[in-house]
Amino acid sequence: MITVTGARKAYGSFAALDGVSIDIPAGSLTALLGPSGSGKSTLLRSIAGLEDLDEGRVVIGGEDVTQVPPQKRGIGFVFQHYAAFKHMTVRDNVSFGLRIRRRPRAEIARKVDELLEIVGLDGFQHRYPAQLSGGQRQRMALARALAVDPQVLLLDEPFGALDAKVRADLRRWLRRLHDEVHVTTVLVTHDQEEALDVSDQIAVLNAGRIEQVGTPDELYEQPATDFVMSFLGAVASLDGALVRPHDIQLEREPAGAVRTRGTAQVRARVERVVRLGFEVRVELLAEGSGDRFAAQLTRAVAQRLALRPGEVVRAWAPVHDEARPLPSTAGVAV
Amino acid sequence: MSTATATTGAGRDGVAAPPLPAPTPDRPVGTGRGRARLAPLGIGVVGLWLSVVVLLPLAALTATALGDGVTGLWSAVTAPTALAALRVTVGVAAGVALVNAVMGTLIAWVLVRDEFRGKRVVDALIDLPFALPTIVASIVLLSLYGPNSPVHLQLNATRPGLMVALAFVTLPFVVRSVQPVLIEAERDVEEAAASLGAGSWTIFRRVVLPTLAPALISGTGLAFARAIGEYGSVVLIGGNIPGRTQVASQYIQQQIEVDRPLNAAAVSVALLGIAFATLFLLRLLAGRGRRREASA
Repeated sequence: MITVTGARKAYGSFAALDGVSIDIPAGSLTALLGPSGSGKSTLLRSIAGLEDLDEGRVVIGGEDVTQVPPQKRGIGFVFQHYAAFKHMTVRDNVSFGLRIRRRPRAEIARKVDELLEIVGLDGFQHRYPAQLSGGQRQRMALARALAVDPQVLLLDEPFGALDAKVRADLRRWLRRLHDEVHVTTVLVTHDQEEALDVSDQIAVLNAGRIEQVGTPDELYEQPATDFVMSFLGAVASLDGALVRPHDIQLEREPAGAVRTRGTAQVRARVERVVRLGFEVRVELLAEGSGDRFAAQLTRAVAQRLALRPGEVVRAWAPVHDEARPLPSTAGVAV
Repeated sequence: MSTATATTGAGRDGVAAPPLPAPTPDRPVGTGRGRARLAPLGIGVVGLWLSVVVLLPLAALTATALGDGVTGLWSAVTAPTALAALRVTVGVAAGVALVNAVMGTLIAWVLVRDEFRGKRVVDALIDLPFALPTIVASIVLLSLYGPNSPVHLQLNATRPGLMVALAFVTLPFVVRSVQPVLIEAERDVEEAAASLGAGSWTIFRRVVLPTLAPALISGTGLAFARAIGEYGSVVLIGGNIPGRTQVASQYIQQQIEVDRPLNAAAVSVALLGIAFATLFLLRLLAGRGRRREASA
């Protein structure tokens, strides 16, 4: 269990954390999601003690660690660029924390072997980091962080330096690993797909503040702000309201438009119909406002409508009641 | 590992087989031919220049030293005053190199990691001993630590005086080789060590120092090599007392003055040997470190 209360941190006039409070349940995997400069890394580094807060408290496992140095916080930290000890073998990297703690040699050997097996690096004991791929280096870094039995595992964009395929493999592997070891884990990412894929709980940060905390489903289905809505999943702007492209319905009766409560609607001209396997994307130009947006239809619906470029249709979609635009984020939402 | 071997192999081939393959038609013809012609020419010019400036003079020196045969060379080098001068030289140079290793690293650390007023001035000052004629260094030190010392600290004609002079001229070597490595060093590696429980000293010893080691060794070695050959900066403050503060270069100068060129050449060859051995050892150590870091 990690509790951060009223965290503030400024670099000069830039507020990296502007009053952040969050509870991270024990044993959970929580993602801190946000664009760059949103404060997510600063929050993680403050939990680790690598950054001193200007104001606020950090409590880990019931103990106030705000003034405790990182060495004594019982954390494991994984960095985006691996931070491997290049002059040490894989074995020496992983055993570093245990050797610092002067554990018996036999215990160290056993623990290292066990961890290398868990992260799938057995047989690589005597390699140097330079002889490993990026994904292997990051798994080594993870084993190194886990070796000291941390209370919490903190991951700062751990897959950010890897290519897309390895990234997807590794995050699913991380999820399975987490289900095995059950250590409270906080993951920083700017990739919404990654956050939705691995985490139990997501905290969306923007401009040094937390916009919303919830399960991936809650955030996707009931976004509290336009910012959260546009940051998680695709959005289209319909008559000034943000909606999901797959919620947009198209009808070929532009004249008899009826405005129903709880819907946004607009007359639009079909510009292009693109087939994407199972789905069909219809690119539209709103009449009047001249906004461009796309609707996502299933193949069956698209075949029934048989839309052609140049036709005018009525596009409408239910509007999330929860989505209340905040003045501060309205400009950020794209 | 494989890349490292491949590169050395290619390099060796390039030297061994000067004529490059004919340019393929799709390649711009001008540059291809230019390069093909330049390679043997370049190697020729470099070879000639090195011969005229370095290799031939060294060969001539060795020939002079061997004027009385190998035994003559040996007895000239092992003559008591010669041996004493060599001993003083190597001893003081080694001491200075070690002091430099510590102080140079500290200076580089402060220049890279700490912020203070006048940092750029201090940074520029480091190179001053390099730019200054060494005899000027000698006068500068003499005016401070000489017979009329304003701080009442007389170091002329003592070994500490010798060391100060040599430390002065070799100051930039370690600083300038360690500094770029420290600038490039990834801070997150140190943070990783801290998160694993390592204190500041442990982080420095187990994580930072091994990263600095190749640059540190090379800077220290260069400082040592420079110190054993130094003449200008010690000529005034050293005192030239045989067996105590007379360094090899001063001994050589003395032997030339008393018209014993063979002795001078013999000790020169000994210095040459020490310098060469130092540089060879450095390459060996640097190569080993590099192989480990950049393999795969």
